[in-house]
Amino acid sequence: MSDWVIETKDLRKIYQMGEIEVRALDGVDIQIERGSVVSIMGPSGSGKSTLMNLLGCLDRPTAGEYILDGERVAKMKDDQLADVRNRKVGFVFQSFNLLSRQSALSNVELPLRYAGASKNRREKAIEALTAVGLGDRVDHRPTELSGGQQQRVAIARALINDPAIIMADEPTGNLDSKSGAEIMELILSLNKTLKTTIIIVTHDANVAKQTQRIIRLKDGKVVGVEENL
Amino acid sequence: MNLGQSIIEAIESLNANKMRSSLTILGIVIGVAAVIAMLAVGNGAQNTITGSISGLGSNLLFVFRGGTNEEVRNPKPLTVADAEAIADPFQAPSVAMVAPAISGNAEITFSGEKTNTQIYGITPEYELVRNYELLEGEFITNQHLLGRASVVLLGPEVADKLFDRRDGVTGETIRIEGQPFRVLGVLAPKGGSSFGSEDNVVLVPFSTAQTRLIRRQSDRVDLILVQAASADTVTQATDEISQILRARHRVELGADDFTIFSQQDFVQTAQSITNVLTIFLGGIAGISLLVGGIGIMNIMLVSVTERTREIGLRKAIGARKKDILIQFLTESSLLSMFGGLIGIGLGWLIAFVVGQIAAASGTELIPDVGIDAILLATLFSTAVGLFFGIYPANRAANLQPVEALRHE
Repeated sequence: MSDWVIETKDLRKIYQMGEIEVRALDGVDIQIERGSVVSIMGPSGSGKSTLMNLLGCLDRPTAGEYILDGERVAKMKDDQLADVRNRKVGFVFQSFNLLSRQSALSNVELPLRYAGASKNRREKAIEALTAVGLGDRVDHRPTELSGGQQQRVAIARALINDPAIIMADEPTGNLDSKSGAEIMELILSLNKTLKTTIIIVTHDANVAKQTQRIIRLKDGKVVGVEENL
Repeated sequence: MNLGQSIIEAIESLNANKMRSSLTILGIVIGVAAVIAMLAVGNGAQNTITGSISGLGSNLLFVFRGGTNEEVRNPKPLTVADAEAIADPFQAPSVAMVAPAISGNAEITFSGEKTNTQIYGITPEYELVRNYELLEGEFITNQHLLGRASVVLLGPEVADKLFDRRDGVTGETIRIEGQPFRVLGVLAPKGGSSFGSEDNVVLVPFSTAQTRLIRRQSDRVDLILVQAASADTVTQATDEISQILRARHRVELGADDFTIFSQQDFVQTAQSITNVLTIFLGGIAGISLLVGGIGIMNIMLVSVTERTREIGLRKAIGARKKDILIQFLTESSLLSMFGGLIGIGLGWLIAFVVGQIAAASGTELIPDVGIDAILLATLFSTAVGLFFGIYPANRAANLQPVEALRHE
């Protein structure tokens, strides 16, 4: 057994756009170590969103193998994938994607509700919010929070089920540079304390620089892997 | 996610769009209220009509001259002798009582007040057969009959018209067709019926009417009322009367020159008419419920489109198809359930108001909101919510998370 939390073999995703076949991913082999912070970079159209969707189990590959935390997810059914997302993946989106009508607390609780866990939901959610520095904003609604704070709520939500990986899609893209830097700091410190694997999709070189490894994509293929020391 | 949480979330989300939710609910409210009110009024009308027919008397048979279906040439009139033959317990063992009557119109006056009314010449049996009760005074007796007494029983409406009251009129002297009659008593009201008001009548002794008011050849009668021994023997009694009259009128071949109606015939006819009416009204009301359901579907579709990103997010963090399906179905059924509950209340109110209006305009109509109507409306409206919620909910549940998240 390796301690790879993510392992893909010849991962392919082909979209049929009418007559034209678009090879969004064309044979991707990557391995990501447990507990590491990795960024995926590439120009638009390089397939990095597609790769993120596949790694986050939001979508299924056309062909290839994907093993996430010991589970072969490439051929799972919709509801099995939903279950895997719930248990093993935390998402942080560029536009936060919080439920605007609900408090920070219920937003963070949401994955626990779908997990069917009923005990200590509130306590766990408060704990997660405290971990991201929002222990005093538990009952605020997203509209009453700043962008940086909203992203912190989203990170707390991603953490709540103690996932194997956190997929962050341009987590600082909608933030000013100061709160962007704070969010990066938070993500990196959570990685240190919780040992959660973090994958950041970005085209911000400054963000990528702070990660341990950069995977570069172009035309649906991995064109380079850089180790940051 | 358990049901309690789904309901709380659904209420939160409906609450977020108060105006939209309440308008959608209104559609269902109107539909359910219409169904409840229409069924209640229909049932009320049926109860009133069948009640007033039953008020005619129990196990009652009406014998008229003339055939119903075919033209009968020269029908023989009914006579007192016919009535006596029917009363013969050997020929007609199922008959309990026979009451021949003659009727006509007469002008009645009392100190300047004048009214036209139906006048019946009757025997004491008539009062028993028709279940008459008195507000005051006494019934016509055989003594009155033998003595051709100038006495009269007033219907309550006649008493109202002549005296403006229903009590303390016994002993007064009124004039019928100019002849003085002593008031013997006042009948208790029976309410309107399919034969017009049963209260706008006066009753006089048969012999008095025959000789002095309604002049009839020899011993002709207009109507013979027959009371069967029991409800079970009504059919038998009908057969026996037919036999007797056929023999006496010599019409054993061909069409009868008389007609026998039973009270059940009237009730059944009235019931089938009011049933059709109730179904018709309920059907029209049901259409508005259907329209309300389409309103739910419309709003739910808008809601699904509007919340595509939310659905995508929920799926991303682990919501299964079933979770999303339940979420939207809960919302649509809650809409229709609230609508149903309010609609039941409103329908009840409408039915009550209709009853009041009917009572104010002098018709006895007590709307009857049955448990069955309430159950039907609740079930139907919730089913409407579920049915029209399925399509939008299914659409939401089948969204692909990737596409839903990309949706602007």
